[in-house]
Amino acid sequence: MPLSPAITDLELLKGHPPLARLLAWDSAAVEAAKFDRDELTIVVEHGALREACAILRDDPELQFNFFADVTCVDWYPSEPRFEVVYHLLSIPRHQRVRLKVRLAGSDPQIESLTSLWPSANFFEREVYDLFGVRFSGHPNLRRIMMPEDWEGHPLRKDYPVEGYR
Amino acid sequence: MPQMFTPTPTLEAAGPNTMTLNMGPQHPSTHGVLRLLLEIDGETIIRLMPDIGYLHTGIEKTCEAKFYQQVVPLTDRIDYLCPLTNNLCYVLAVERLLGLEIPPRAQWLRVMLNELSRINSHLVWLGSHALDIGAMSVFLYCFREREDVLRIFEMVSGQRMMTSYFRIGGLALEPPLGMFDAVRKFITRFPSRIDEYENLLTSNPIWLRRTKGVALLSVEDAVALGATGPTLRASGVDLDLRRDMPYSSYEKFEFNVPVSSDGDVFARYIVRVQEMRESNEIVRQALEGVPEGPIKADAPKIVLPEREKMKTQMEALIYHFKIVTEGFPVPAGEVYQAVESPRGEMGYYVVSDGSPKPYRVHMRAPSFANLQTLNTMCAGRLIADVVAAIGSIDIILGDVDR
Repeated sequence: MPLSPAITDLELLKGHPPLARLLAWDSAAVEAAKFDRDELTIVVEHGALREACAILRDDPELQFNFFADVTCVDWYPSEPRFEVVYHLLSIPRHQRVRLKVRLAGSDPQIESLTSLWPSANFFEREVYDLFGVRFSGHPNLRRIMMPEDWEGHPLRKDYPVEGYR
Repeated sequence: MPQMFTPTPTLEAAGPNTMTLNMGPQHPSTHGVLRLLLEIDGETIIRLMPDIGYLHTGIEKTCEAKFYQQVVPLTDRIDYLCPLTNNLCYVLAVERLLGLEIPPRAQWLRVMLNELSRINSHLVWLGSHALDIGAMSVFLYCFREREDVLRIFEMVSGQRMMTSYFRIGGLALEPPLGMFDAVRKFITRFPSRIDEYENLLTSNPIWLRRTKGVALLSVEDAVALGATGPTLRASGVDLDLRRDMPYSSYEKFEFNVPVSSDGDVFARYIVRVQEMRESNEIVRQALEGVPEGPIKADAPKIVLPEREKMKTQMEALIYHFKIVTEGFPVPAGEVYQAVESPRGEMGYYVVSDGSPKPYRVHMRAPSFANLQTLNTMCAGRLIADVVAAIGSIDIILGDVDR
């Protein structure tokens, strides 16, 4: 399967139900979209994330009812520095969608999804621990992998691989 | 004054009649180094909080400093009971980033070995789970068959546990002579061996008392708390990525997906035991239908050349040198590849920036998500049931902490 170029034109991507649903809800909330290697990525404006997820979860045509994963990518030194990446799965429809939120490097903060999916709890703690992205509204936002008194966030790109010596 | 102790998470007792109890990280039933904080009222659990991270080795960070092909051995160390499933998930993700087509023979061998690792993993689970609950002899029976599976792994890869047998673009080597015979011998004998385990447990009154109705997990809770794999299927959700979102030609195999709606420890036990039978069936199909042909993709810039060619042809030598010293660039992009591991949805999210080293590798570990269901399972139950509940979700701490 040779690679075909990624499609980033919103007009061409309107055939994908999750994107069409979000555009119909609020076209300003969708910053960009991409269809690449059979995966749909939607970049959501960071204030609209929780509502966008609620729509994708509750819409009877979509039913993205399973929170598979959240992680983060650090694009240091470019800005916006952090990309928080959510993977949702629709168990009845066997489909996936990837949501992304871009956050600035100074005081990265995003709304927690624990009120929609309790399973986000550990995943968001992990992102907080390793990247320093804060999730507002999280019930127990503490370090999960590293010791509580650890300094720094190891998966940031400006953190050396061998640690601070 | 410097702080003398690393502060560890604590759990404050909520009521006047309750106390908190520390369980682990060296408790034998926690399958590794899991620490649990229990708030108890007498023998009854009020709530439970897992404290993890004791095995965190920063694999995701290490991956960013390696070439793509050097990451494969690291993936073995994540879920050390099914290293081949980790290998598969990672190489599938990178192959999708590259747009690489894998020859059918390699795909079928991958399926065969992947199902053998599922059997291997379930055997360790069954043995140690039964040992936790007090049925000691099952452990010895299970490890007898596990030894056969490990011998097969040793035949193909030279390693019993850290196999690293799958490569980006195919397999490391053609399987040796006698490997197919060993697999055939194993699969003809194995169903009767599963009968042996079931004779010991399935209608054993003590086993039933310890597992039936214990650690209940409803459908809604299972989905909301992110459970996958046998834990989810034992709660009544019919989802198996091998059948529903197939990868590595799983769509060419016929198998059933065992589902139970009881949601207790016994249901998880039954689902896994039946899965072993189905896996045995898939291995049989893979063995009978394995096609002839190459085991590596035709991509000289990505796949290492054969030893013979490397010694006799100049191009092959150049490619070999370049792959080993410089790696190979991967087109920029990102992929989330999920496979059905013995524990549930194992997902690798690989981001490439066009260089020969992955920009970011993230593992969605099934044990990590399944662990979150423990509090719901155990609240209101007795302390002894915690042991049964931990065993029934089958966590691997290497997978939880990475």
